[in-house]
Amino acid sequence: MGYFKVPISGHNRDDEGSKLGMWLFLFTEILLFGGLFLVYAIYRFQYFEEFRIIAEHMDITLGAANTVILITSSLTVALSITAMKKDQDNIAVLLLFVTIALALGFMVNKFFEWNEHIHHGLVMGADVFNNLQHGEGMFLFLYYFMTGLHGLHVVVGAIILAVVIAKIINGKITKDNFSLHENGGLYWHLVDLIWIYLFPLFYLLH
Amino acid sequence: MDNHAIDSHLNFYETKRGLFSWIFTLDHKRIALLYLYSISLFFLVGVALGFLMRLELFSPGGQVMDPRTYNQVFTFHGVIMIFLVIIPSIPAVFGNFFLPIMIGTDDVALPRLNLFSWWLYIFGALMALGTLMFGNGPADTGWTFYAPYSVTSDTNVSMLLLAAFILGFSSILTGLNFIVTIHRLRAPQMPWFRMPLFAWGLYATAWIQLLATPIVGITLLMVVMERTFGIGLFDPSLGGDPILYQHLFWIYSHPVVYVMILPAMGIVSEVIPTSAQRTIFGYKAIALSSMAIAFLGYFVWGHHMFTSGMSDQARVVFSFITFLVAIPTAIKVFNWIATLYKGSIYITPNLLWSTAFIFNFLIGGLTGLINGALAADVHVHDTTYIVAHFHYTMFGGTIFVFLGALHYWFPKIWGRMYNQKLAYWALGLTFVGFNILYGAMLTVGVKGMPRRYYDYLPQFEFLNKVATVGSWILIIGILLMIYNLIRSARKGEIAPRNPWNGVTLEWQVPSPPPLHNFDRPFILSEKGPYDFSLLEKINEVEQKPLDH
Repeated sequence: MGYFKVPISGHNRDDEGSKLGMWLFLFTEILLFGGLFLVYAIYRFQYFEEFRIIAEHMDITLGAANTVILITSSLTVALSITAMKKDQDNIAVLLLFVTIALALGFMVNKFFEWNEHIHHGLVMGADVFNNLQHGEGMFLFLYYFMTGLHGLHVVVGAIILAVVIAKIINGKITKDNFSLHENGGLYWHLVDLIWIYLFPLFYLLH
Repeated sequence: MDNHAIDSHLNFYETKRGLFSWIFTLDHKRIALLYLYSISLFFLVGVALGFLMRLELFSPGGQVMDPRTYNQVFTFHGVIMIFLVIIPSIPAVFGNFFLPIMIGTDDVALPRLNLFSWWLYIFGALMALGTLMFGNGPADTGWTFYAPYSVTSDTNVSMLLLAAFILGFSSILTGLNFIVTIHRLRAPQMPWFRMPLFAWGLYATAWIQLLATPIVGITLLMVVMERTFGIGLFDPSLGGDPILYQHLFWIYSHPVVYVMILPAMGIVSEVIPTSAQRTIFGYKAIALSSMAIAFLGYFVWGHHMFTSGMSDQARVVFSFITFLVAIPTAIKVFNWIATLYKGSIYITPNLLWSTAFIFNFLIGGLTGLINGALAADVHVHDTTYIVAHFHYTMFGGTIFVFLGALHYWFPKIWGRMYNQKLAYWALGLTFVGFNILYGAMLTVGVKGMPRRYYDYLPQFEFLNKVATVGSWILIIGILLMIYNLIRSARKGEIAPRNPWNGVTLEWQVPSPPPLHNFDRPFILSEKGPYDFSLLEKINEVEQKPLDH
């Protein structure tokens, strides 16, 4: 019945390791969007005027409101991690709920924004869209593709944070074991970060 | 709870039983075998499709299928062999099985992620197979999915693209897992430059998987979007730019050929010191040349596009950097040969698979330099010469090492020895058949036969017949090998711990290993992973069971 325990086991809890894994994953996410940013740059260069004209249709107010919402939600996530470190579970959970509420707010804004565009026929397949210049259509296509993919990340991030809430309530995430909480927060910051670049590219550059 | 309190007299097959203990396992060895069995299955499908293509090309004109089917067959052959076989092959099978053992730990850093990536692989594979049933037949675009045809083809391209996207995701997660494992779980006495070279190969590979795959993922999604919305990203008839697609595709797909070859080079760097019974020549040079190849690999994608429209400056730069890749590659080859030189070589099928690899890869590498030269590339691009060059590196290179590694680690994985005589025959047939098949394709390509053609001119007939006959010999060799390995895994002699007298850590654990890999403290040398003065001490273990 002999057994031997290796000095460094893969079955030990390794918070540093899981955080390293999360950071590497975030790199891949940035590269995933990187391909789209590259295509955006190329077509912006090619259709400079058309991108400028169609961008006038973007609703800067809603976009700015969403930017504020996401930056605030990053703050609440960071605060909830600090609260967790100080063993204040209730505040951590509350702040996470606030984050998810902000995420919902973001998606609702997005819904109204897209709805407005679709209503005006600025969507693939609509007659108005088909009469646009090629560069204008490309702008709108990239707008839907990139903000859509980003919106998907918002939803996934919110689901991750909901799982974190459940685990805090079940006592699985505690003051001494909160790497999932921290990694969820890291992912959420990435969602925020990508939006910080999407906002000027689609709303501010005229 | 101390989950190490498991009797290490039981090997990892015996600790748990039943289907669910396999498909939901977190044990890196079982996940490796899940990958092995699924990859082998798809390999055989890919071989069968290749066989059909060669049969079609036996004579000019239609033989066994119509042109559209032929296009679908070579597309499916490519997708299966690239995305379902070669990319995951060595990292997911041998990396999973041996990386934790070789660096002295009991599992990968993120075991659940490891299982998840196998499930993603299966899901992606089922989606790829699904294109056979759903939509308007499987894709006929070639595995590169070049626009504009991939945008306009009426076959089920979108589903195949999504499958490739998911498979890419699976590959990213495996790479991520290995990076974390190598950073966090190396044994305390094992600094970076005492890691076995296979671990170095996997490390370089993992970075490429991580940093290149997302780009192709998003590119393939863009093609799906283009097919759905017809927006003119890549389709020139809608104002798009097909060259842009090629750039985005090769930004990933060139680095990924190093995903396919670097782990293979790592395995050769294991087999050769063990067979020569001496330390590897130029350990640091081999380790760092893996990183150098990984790094340079990012900056050469343009050499796939010399004839498709790029500025002369760009072509010259890409050509120059392509030549630079040959330097770290040659460093490895020279070091392997220098290791064998004056070593006390034990000739085994393992060693011969590795030397067959060196032979094939020399041809593959040198023909690559011809493609890399601008003037020569204009002549040979889009001919079967390119197909043969690619198969010399990927089949003659990676798959040969994969099969060699199956022999090298066979006793460790299944705890039994294989039949050496049959193994020599299988290797000989495979090697001869392979070289006839692709040697003929190289030649007929230089004479001007285009690739991916269903029909050809009469003057190419002789060499095409030779190639087809070569494919038969090759397939007989592969089938013989599979027969030998399956039979030996069930009925072979019981294997000792260290049948080949290796000194890396996997030879210090029982065959097959127990669930947590090690049953006693392992021996590591301060002189690096290939210190054969330790051999006697390592082999003493066999006779002395550890008492508690």
